[in-house]
Amino acid sequence: MRNVFIGALVVALLACWQTPVRSDEYTREDLKKWDDAYRYMVKEGEKWFHSGALGGNSVSCDMCHPNASDTHPETYPKFQKQLGKVVGLRDMINWCIQNPEQGKVLAADDPKMIALEAYITWERRGVKLAPGKH
Amino acid sequence: MRNGIDRRTFLKGAGLLGAAAALPMGLVEIVWGKAPDQKFTFAYISDAHLTHIKGTEFVQNFDKGLRKAVFEVNFLDPQPDFVVFGGDLAQLGKKEEIDHGREIMKELTTPVKWVMGEHDYYLDLGEYWRKNFGPDHYSFDHKGVHFVVLNSILTDDYWTHEKWPTAEERMHQMARLDNPHGSPFMVKDAQRAWLKNDLAKISKDTPLVVLSHSPLYKVFKPWNFWTDDAEKVQALLKPFRQVTVFHGHVHQVLYNQIGHISFNAFMSTAWPWPYPVSYSQKPNKIPDITVFMNRADPFKERDGTGWGHIDIAGRNGFAHHYGLWENTPRTVEKDARMAHPSDTKYQDPKDRIPPQTRY
Repeated sequence: MRNVFIGALVVALLACWQTPVRSDEYTREDLKKWDDAYRYMVKEGEKWFHSGALGGNSVSCDMCHPNASDTHPETYPKFQKQLGKVVGLRDMINWCIQNPEQGKVLAADDPKMIALEAYITWERRGVKLAPGKH
Repeated sequence: MRNGIDRRTFLKGAGLLGAAAALPMGLVEIVWGKAPDQKFTFAYISDAHLTHIKGTEFVQNFDKGLRKAVFEVNFLDPQPDFVVFGGDLAQLGKKEEIDHGREIMKELTTPVKWVMGEHDYYLDLGEYWRKNFGPDHYSFDHKGVHFVVLNSILTDDYWTHEKWPTAEERMHQMARLDNPHGSPFMVKDAQRAWLKNDLAKISKDTPLVVLSHSPLYKVFKPWNFWTDDAEKVQALLKPFRQVTVFHGHVHQVLYNQIGHISFNAFMSTAWPWPYPVSYSQKPNKIPDITVFMNRADPFKERDGTGWGHIDIAGRNGFAHHYGLWENTPRTVEKDARMAHPSDTKYQDPKDRIPPQTRY
């Protein structure tokens, strides 16, 4: 009986040993799934970027930044002269939500914030990184 | 007992003096004497985008812009002959917005010539706007210059009448500048026929000034910095010796020359638009001759906005004085000897300053 138990344990252990997926074993389906997840966030970001409900007074981001232009995501983090310190893009997103849009700031990990960053950087794809550039 | 000035009167007077000192530009010489062409000045205010929130609430930022412009135009001394409003008084074409704008504009002490913008039009197809301000295309003569006002923000019938389930949805779609489901602006056949007829009565020597909301040339289609039948309109203007088009919509310093037609943009009182060059994904036809306005500082609420006044010297050209709030004023002029409009200070690349570099 005891031998049978040990035998079963060995078989189970061996099975476990072989289960881990190797790091190069992701498929085209996986790639598509991840890309879809990213594109969904870009779409969400586009929606919030054009929504009067992000802030408190119906003003939306695209009113000053059509296609997220003049946002320069490639230059962040940088010294923001008006704030007197080095900040990230999300700090400027929150500044706009708080001031021209008279709304409440988003947490750094708020899915809306991630979505806005996804949309803004997507519209600026291909532009060379220029961190710190004013 | 009151002796001399009471506190209230003193404060009122001091406030006016302070306001006069804060005006962004010097006073203008309007009396130029008897030249072959009479000279005069008109002022403009444009793209106020008054935005109704609910009840009696409006976006304060945009209200402040329009009020400030009206206040300052009233301080121009001598007064301009008239004021042009370049379109987009409202944000979503609502009666509340048009009523609110009319009330603020009523404070102007000079008559107003109105231009229709897409934000005034696409809710009720301009009905309430026309009821308040009159026809959306017309012409008039002033001191030897023939002025034509066009409604350049029309678009194709399917998009206007059939594509959207409600008028509100149509307005929202057109209000979004970067809308991939938008539709290009046009003057359209009926108005071009009217224009042809209107111009037939005018001698080709008469200086022409055309006022429109969208530029009557092609800059950037994705944002409707564009009029789709611009070439056909230009062809009607071409026989005239001196033609200047002033337009709104682009919320930026922008000027161009096509043949002998000069083009010049009005500033907005609400917010500045970026130049299309800052959208890296699509090509644009920004005129090479435009010296860009300085990068606006978003922390200064009125930076990148303003109003202006234009000296018209008949066949001898014009000088457009941009009153830029929280920024250095600029003048773009064109006289009879110049090939195109030029900035009086920054036209030469070696005279430009770092904030004019956009990326």
